[in-house]
Parts: sequence; C-alpha cells; structure tokens
Amino acid sequence: MKNHLGPLAFLLVLIAFPLAVRDPYYQHLMILVLMWVAIGSGWNLIAGFTGQVSFGDAAFFGTGAYTAGLLAHKLGMSAWWGLGLGGIFAVIIAFPFGWICFRLRGAYFALATLALNEVMRHTATIWESLTEGMVGILIMQTFVSKIPYYYIALAIAVVSLISVQVVMSSRWGYYFVSIREDQDAAESIGIDTHYYKMVSLCLAAYLTGLAGSLYMNYMGFIDPTIVFSLHDISIMAILVGIVGGVGTVYGPAVGAFIMVAVSEVFRTGGFGLLEKLTAATGSPVMVLVTKYIKEAHVLTFGLLVIFVILFLPNGVVGGWRKSRRSH
Amino acid sequence: MAYFETLGLVKLFGGLAAVNGVSFDVNEGEICGLIGPNGSGKTTIFNLINGYFPLDKGEIYFNGNKISGLKTHKICREGIGRTFQIVKPLKRMTVLDNVLASAFLRSHTKSEAVELAEKTVSFCGMTSLKDKVAGSLPIASRKRLEITRAMATKPKLLLLDETAAGLNPVELEEAIALIKKIRDSGVTIIIVEHIMKVIMTVSDRVVAINHGMVLAEGTPEEVASHAGVIAAYLGEDYCAAG
Repeated sequence: MKNHLGPLAFLLVLIAFPLAVRDPYYQHLMILVLMWVAIGSGWNLIAGFTGQVSFGDAAFFGTGAYTAGLLAHKLGMSAWWGLGLGGIFAVIIAFPFGWICFRLRGAYFALATLALNEVMRHTATIWESLTEGMVGILIMQTFVSKIPYYYIALAIAVVSLISVQVVMSSRWGYYFVSIREDQDAAESIGIDTHYYKMVSLCLAAYLTGLAGSLYMNYMGFIDPTIVFSLHDISIMAILVGIVGGVGTVYGPAVGAFIMVAVSEVFRTGGFGLLEKLTAATGSPVMVLVTKYIKEAHVLTFGLLVIFVILFLPNGVVGGWRKSRRSH
Repeated sequence: MAYFETLGLVKLFGGLAAVNGVSFDVNEGEICGLIGPNGSGKTTIFNLINGYFPLDKGEIYFNGNKISGLKTHKICREGIGRTFQIVKPLKRMTVLDNVLASAFLRSHTKSEAVELAEKTVSFCGMTSLKDKVAGSLPIASRKRLEITRAMATKPKLLLLDETAAGLNPVELEEAIALIKKIRDSGVTIIIVEHIMKVIMTVSDRVVAINHGMVLAEGTPEEVASHAGVIAAYLGEDYCAAG
C-alpha cells in the first residue's frame, strides 16, 4: 500500500487541477498530457515490457479516432460511442497484423509497424467515400468547457496505468518480460510467445485506440495527416515511453508530461517569450531565430532522446529508481 | 516402446547433414549421456528434440506420444525441459522471477507459482541468490539458474546441455550432486557434456555421436573403450595402441 501513496496523492492533485487552474489553455495542455499517458502506457506495454518495439502507434490511434468520427459522421451516432468501440476497432487492426508480423523479430518487426502506420494513413487518405480523405471529419463537440474532457481524459489515463500495473504483476506480465529478455528461453519454459505477444499488442492497441477516440471527441476535427502522423503520434509515443522510462509502470505518465511540455515550449516559442523579445528588440535576427526554433521541435525531440539514452538509459522514472536503490 | 525414443533424426543445414539418421532410446529414470567431438551434432539433437529446429526427417516419441512437429512451448508442456549451452538468463529479472516465469506453466494462481518457484529455488540450492538480478550472476550460478528454471516447469525429461562446462572443481562437484539429486527425484535426464568426469560418474548409459551419426552405445566403460570413439576423439593413431 505504501507504494501507492505517492500516486494517490498525485491523483488528488490532478482531480483538483481544473478547479484551481481556470485558464483553458493549461487545461488543454493537461488533457493532452493525460491522453499521452494512455498512449504511452500502451506503447510501453508492447515495446517496453514485451520488447516488441512499435513505430506505428498512430495506426491504432488513428483507427480509434476515425471510429469515433465515422460513427458520428456516417451513422449519426454520438461520437462518444467511439470510446467503447475505438479501442475494439484498433484491436481488429492489430490482430491480423500481429498474427502475421510476429514471425518477425527485433528491428524487422519495428519496420513492419512503420509500414502499418503508412498503410493506414494512405488508406484513410485514398478511401474518400468512407473517410472523406484529406477533407477530414468535423464533428460538433459536446461540451464548450474543457473540464468534462479533462475528467474523461483523467479517467482514461488512470485506467491505463491501473491496467498496466495489474497486468504486469500477473502471469501475463511475467510472460511479457520473459519474451523481452529472451524469446528462445521463454519458449523453452513453455511460454507460447506468439500468443502472448498478440495479447500484449492487442492490449496496447486498445489503450491507444481509446486515446484516439478521446482525441476525436475533444478536438472535433481529424484528417489522415493528423491522426496517422508518423512524427506527431508514432514517434511521440516512443519518446513518451523512452523519456519516462521503458518498462516502468509510471514512466509513461512522467514522459507524457515532459514531452507535452517540451513540444509546447517549442511550438509556442517559449510560451510567446520569443515573440515578445522580437517585438521589443525589433531585430531581424530574432525574427529568424523565433521562426527556426518554432520549427525545430522535432529536432529537439531527437536531441532529447540522445540525451536521455546517454545519461538516463532507464528513463526518468527508471533512473530515479536506480539511483535511489544504490544509496 | 521406450520411454523416450528418436527414430532416424535428420537435420540438414544447406548441404551439410548436421544430424544424419540418429536413433536412440532413453529409459525412464535413467541418465543418458550424449558425447561426441565438437561439431558432432549433440546440441543440434537437443534443438531437434525440443522443437527449436524443425526436423527434416525422423520422428521423436515421448511417453507414448509423438512429439516431433510440436512447437517448443508445447513440447515443454508435454514434460521436456531443457537448459541452453550458451546460457540464456532473463537478465533484467531476479533469480526468483526467472524461476517464477517458468513456474506459472504448472500453476493456476500466482501464489501457487510463487510457492513452486521458492521450492524449486531451494531444491537447486539457489536460495541465497534468489533476489539477485540474473544478469549479475557468475557463470556457475547462471548454469545452475538454467537448471532451476527448467526444473520449475516440472519436467519428466530434462535435457542438460553442457551444464558443467566452465566450472571450477568445487562447482563441478556441486553440479554433479545436483544432477544426481534431480535424477533421484524421478526425472529422466539426457546430458550433453565434454567433461568426462561428469559423464562417467553420472551416466547410466552413454551414446557417442560423430558426424551426426551414432557411433557407439552402452555403459560409460564400454563406450570409453570403444575403438571408434577413441579414433573420433584422438585420431586413428591412438586407436591401434588402445
């Protein structure tokens, strides 16, 4: 129980957050963080714990988002049905993919996930009669306030973390880690590695699809380049996992917070600081600097990953655990 | 039919017949030693038995069932455990977690699995190391962990692949004692080993392999004095003298 006190206290803070911070901008950022907690947890399950690195989480995220969007757009149902069905449709995509591609190991599997990402993006772009192609799907958001979205996102994030915690302390968890550590050894102690890799992938796809359908409901607009984006979704999912701590339950939560903050700092040019500087100095150099820094967030992601791998190979959470143990 | 039986095993790697028509039997409760010079196909035979490589020809029967063609995890479920010559510890897990991961196979609940893992760890004399991370263990303990992990799947037949290689004399004695203890607990064992001391002291019967074929079969003494075996190990010159 002692181990749960910290997270519980933190949960209380998160529950109180939208009541204390009224600025919708910060509420928006926190909704994104919570959404990324779910995606990061999913990625961590298949890549961090089971060792099958995925470069294609956007395939599941986009499937969840399009499930919600199309339910509203084509069938006139509430997009909220997507919360239930988005994850399931993501699993429907993941299942045949895993069935075929888990014959591949290591980098080859990772490449297959990358291909799945691209296949899904192109399908969504080309199949205009179903997905409206590049026009995208626009739905009416249910709430004007961000607070309901915040609590739904919080619920999804908490469910993700708890499910990962429960799974990882069960038989499945031991099997997942065994497969990561040595697939041949795992097979020789009676673990059906193909089956358990499928279980892990489907759980991961479900969480990611769930986050996708939340995104559709919250943002109200999607198109293939947004939700099937390689660098904004798939790579971001990897970063959330790696920065937070690969193979730790709470790693993705920390990673989500850091990554959303970092990308936001760059996207907004230091929360508008650079623009103010530019206006104050009026120097043309600052105009250029501002422009480049705003566009450099993907580059910064790369530098951040190098930094984390060099100095914190177990991520923020894993590294902290280790340093605590050694004292 | 024998307890464990291989019939004409053939495994080709390209044009090379690594295993070329190997047939032998193992009786229930005995320790069968598998010997042969480097590259004679011993480990390949293990890989064929536990389904790691598909057979090109031949059949394997265990306990009255045909097991050739089954997947590795199914063969383990049938009751055949194995250790790896090149040890494969689950490095970032503790010793107990390594054993626990395999104890789940014969357990319905986690508490049952923990109990079985604890019991197996103490049976194999690894209790003092159980909280150590497997990747930090020295080679002798890693080899012992291989055996412990295989034992936690409650095998009826255990394949030991050079579990004594690289051990010092004291560790060697401990390994021999453990192998005998496992046999006495009712597990049939096939052991591949280069160290003659181990083979000669523990084996009830020895099968000698060369070039992927059975060269000789019999008691340890018979096989050790067999002309063909001496020739395979030491060369034709020693054969006449011996």
